[in-house]
Amino acid sequence: MMTGYQILWFVLIAVLFAGFFFLEGFDFGIGMSLKTLAQNEEEEDALIRSIGPHWDGNEVWLITAGGAMFAAMPFWYASLFSGFYLILFAILIGLIYRGVSFEFREQMRTAKFRNLWTTISSITSMLVPFLFGVLFTDVVQGMPLNANGDMSANFWDYFNIFSIVGGVAMGLLSYVHGLNYARLKITNGSLHDRIQKQLKVLYPILLIGEVAFAITLFVFTDFFTKKPVVTIIMLAAIVALTLIAWAVTLKQQNTWAFIALGLVIILVVSLLFTGLFPRVIVGNESNMSILLKNATSTPYTLKWMTIISLTALPIVLAYQIWSFYVFRDRIRVEKISY
Amino acid sequence: MNLVAGLSILNLARFQFAMTTIFHFFFVPLSIGLGIIVAVMETLYVIKKDDQYKRMTKFWGKIFMLSFAVGVVTGIIQEFQFGMNWSRYSRYVGDIFGPALAVEALVAFFLESTFLGLWSFGWDRFNKKLHLLFIWLTTLGSAFSALWILAANSFMQNPVGFQVDHKFNRAVLVDFPALLQNHQLWLEFPHVIFATFMAGSFVVMGVSAWSLLRKPHHEVNFFKKSVQVAAVVALIGVAGLAYTGDRHSLYLQEDQPMKFAATEGIDKNVGGTHEQAPWSVISYTDPKTHDVKWSLDIPYMLSILAHHSLTGGSQGWHELNKELHEKYDVKFGHDMNYYLPNNTIYYSFRIMAVSAGAFGLLAVVALWFTRKKSKVDISKYKWALWIFGLATYLPFLAITSGWLITELGRAPWVVYGVLTMADAVSPNVSAASLLTSNILYFATFAVLGLIMVMLSRRVMIAGPESVDEQATEENVDPFSPSAFEAGKEA
Repeated sequence: MMTGYQILWFVLIAVLFAGFFFLEGFDFGIGMSLKTLAQNEEEEDALIRSIGPHWDGNEVWLITAGGAMFAAMPFWYASLFSGFYLILFAILIGLIYRGVSFEFREQMRTAKFRNLWTTISSITSMLVPFLFGVLFTDVVQGMPLNANGDMSANFWDYFNIFSIVGGVAMGLLSYVHGLNYARLKITNGSLHDRIQKQLKVLYPILLIGEVAFAITLFVFTDFFTKKPVVTIIMLAAIVALTLIAWAVTLKQQNTWAFIALGLVIILVVSLLFTGLFPRVIVGNESNMSILLKNATSTPYTLKWMTIISLTALPIVLAYQIWSFYVFRDRIRVEKISY
Repeated sequence: MNLVAGLSILNLARFQFAMTTIFHFFFVPLSIGLGIIVAVMETLYVIKKDDQYKRMTKFWGKIFMLSFAVGVVTGIIQEFQFGMNWSRYSRYVGDIFGPALAVEALVAFFLESTFLGLWSFGWDRFNKKLHLLFIWLTTLGSAFSALWILAANSFMQNPVGFQVDHKFNRAVLVDFPALLQNHQLWLEFPHVIFATFMAGSFVVMGVSAWSLLRKPHHEVNFFKKSVQVAAVVALIGVAGLAYTGDRHSLYLQEDQPMKFAATEGIDKNVGGTHEQAPWSVISYTDPKTHDVKWSLDIPYMLSILAHHSLTGGSQGWHELNKELHEKYDVKFGHDMNYYLPNNTIYYSFRIMAVSAGAFGLLAVVALWFTRKKSKVDISKYKWALWIFGLATYLPFLAITSGWLITELGRAPWVVYGVLTMADAVSPNVSAASLLTSNILYFATFAVLGLIMVMLSRRVMIAGPESVDEQATEENVDPFSPSAFEAGKEA
């Protein structure tokens, strides 16, 4: 039998990951757009400035999600992190180079080296959400686990049609989310028109991706057999919100497009966690799945964690929102001397 | 065969932990120490309204930002590493160790990252006092971070507040406040914070010295004032380090006697209740027999250092080895090796202690050179500037030595007396994966370290006047309404 604390912490971890993908999602998108959208250094500068004060704080959502998982569900944390060793390693390398790229790029004197770091920033910004997409689709489709919860998977367990679709979908969602954010923050230049042009092409592709995701989800997971109603409702909501985002984009209602697609990201994370519940990693043999009720810390630790988190989180949210409010003004594309 | 494979996975995982921690902990103390110094400089600016202090804040703030960025990105490796390389450890102590890490992220990382963003991008949008508050909140966040991660480390050194749950084979937390009341934490945390003072202040003094060597008589007032602030911080730090270090060694004899014996090179019991014990200045231990081959001793000194008295002795590691076997063989078996890498620990301790002496001396010299009445032309004393320049690297050597003692000294356990390292490592991660990650981390750290040094050097070469250019640029700050108007006209 699961306790209230266990369910609460499953939800909290889902919230932290949703927060991470929502916030860092547009960071990743902005990072990718340095190569796919910007046409000169001024535009690159403006794009980076739009996330400058925030990307670091956004990344803390991931660190907190990892920490919360370690604290509240050590058995999940241990199995997941050791099981996805090389994927997480690649994510870490990606995050390291991406993290320093913004600072290093600015410090480079020649255009060649600035461009090198811009490229690194762009590639890693694409790589990280892709790999996270792969990881989370793997977690729900069933991995080879033993009785201790140790995973021994081969390459094809990690990378198959479903996980590739999941990875691409996460990358694409982050990219479109980033474009929406850029449109909100940057006010001048021809950037706007180019974003609009790209979005016109991207929304249909995104919808095709979502349908592909739904089909592979049906084939590779038990979501439709175990929780058909919730799964179908959430998938329908994802498609509907994407359509809404598309429609308001055509009407140039940028704020609404940003919100609608942001909700899509949150819904995708919610869908994965809903389907996962009451397991935390699905095993390829059903009796080998790691269950939430066995994965958590003791009630005593969960109680302390709950008290601390519910005290600290509102304060954290308050100052993080305030910092977004402070830097709410728009950014202009312009020449900055190095 | 299995044993060999198992050992190599353990060694690779241990190597990775050492490498990532040492590299991470170059930048963490630098950013905490520089953060404090920058915060002090900005405070002086707000109080004295002297623009020189604003220039200092901005100039040293640049190096602070660089080190912060590298510290943050290498920190994520640390958090993920426990699950990736040490999954059995994570399962065994997750109930206790996890909360410390989670609280660190929750109360510290959000605080420092958000307010650092506000500080670095907010020079022109906030009044002086609010802007000053941001750097102090960032520093407070860093201090919280150190507190919680060291609470986690202190549990590994001196486990408290837990019970072993035999049914699920794990340690469970029974007393959360005990984690923060751990006396190990209150020895370790202040010691680390004072060590960050060293990293920050000697980088400021060193870069100032290099700058004056490059361009004598240039911006002398700027660097003099910078060195003054740094030297005061360094002096406070040295006093704190000496005090906390001394307290620590008193406790160490109780908590981890093996580690204490290793730091002082004691193989056989020395001294007694009514006998003096000599202190070994320099010695060599045979790594195979664990016998001290030769040693240069000062009589009475160990009694004074270890007991603050003229008599009193210490146990040697041969006897301690027997005691540990008696105490733990039932639990961990007869074939445990309780001997430590004695030479490494012994010399690490000496490097740390000698460095501390050098820090104190250099800080006093720096204060003397920069005192108000001083008519000394520092630029003339090239040899002194060289010494300060080279001393830039000394805190990092000392800090690394300190961690080597702390972490090597708890062997063979990962949690002292509770869980061995061999029982902590991930069973399902292959040696090939670990080797790959070790090589790529190493390469990454080499790249980051190189760029970091190169960029810091560039900040130095650009000199304080580089922040003045920015100051004029700020008149057309991209965010200000006037810039918007100017942009329209253009």
